[in-house]
Amino acid sequence: MSPSQRLDATFAALADPTRRAILARLASGEAPVTELARPFAMSQPAISKHLQVLERAGLISRGRDAQRRPRRLEARPLADASRWLEGYRQFWEGSFQRLDALLDERKTQQRRERTKRGNRR
Amino acid sequence: MTNTGTLKVTTPTDRAIVMTRVFAAPRRLVFDALTQPELLQRWFFGPPGWSLVVCEIDLRVGGAYRYVWSRPGGTDMGMGGVYREIVPPERIVNTEAFDESWYPGEALVTTVLVEQGGKTTLTLTVLYESREARDAVLKTPMEHGVAAGYDRLAELLAREP
Repeated sequence: MSPSQRLDATFAALADPTRRAILARLASGEAPVTELARPFAMSQPAISKHLQVLERAGLISRGRDAQRRPRRLEARPLADASRWLEGYRQFWEGSFQRLDALLDERKTQQRRERTKRGNRR
Repeated sequence: MTNTGTLKVTTPTDRAIVMTRVFAAPRRLVFDALTQPELLQRWFFGPPGWSLVVCEIDLRVGGAYRYVWSRPGGTDMGMGGVYREIVPPERIVNTEAFDESWYPGEALVTTVLVEQGGKTTLTLTVLYESREARDAVLKTPMEHGVAAGYDRLAELLAREP
């Protein structure tokens, strides 16, 4: 997969509340499928399908315990996805912070001019 | 100092980038800062070390604008387009294309300013011709290691009355 395709897969996998809830649960440690399925009113095959999507996107993997086959969170793709948006955000944030300062200055200027005009009257 | 803003960036569709930012100023002032060259040159230049050396604006429907940034140790970067809609002080629609573009086609930029209680919310929607173009743009700042201009911000803050 190219970096761009990987990002597509990450964002597609995140675009579902059940899958986000599964990831949130796995953030506190690995868990077997039965435990992951428990909070949801869903059949085991439905949960397995969600797990497959997460696994294909590289967001989760299977632990070593062959019997329990616990799933665990893979942090890397999530970090890539958030860095991707962050780069763009920072580029603009730098400019907008300067715009804040400029607007403050112009507001002060306007207030001064208004006061001056008021005094003259 | 009223530094209110947190920039929100979202990608609501395949081809769009939407940015939202609140400024602690009436929208007339924000509109001026977006459309008057001498004001734009004071803030609109991304990373520290860059400067907006050319800023020409013909603010009417069908009128053109052109920006050129100079970058330390790099070639100049030029960009421009045409105004499609101008409704002061609330809405601007313009095309956008870079001289040496790294994405195909041109983008359509819609800027909307909404004022409430003396604060202005700016919403900038950039619509690209394809998902590939949009993704190329989003990846650029990261790959070039562009960081925010915090140093210059600190300078400006120090000068605040």
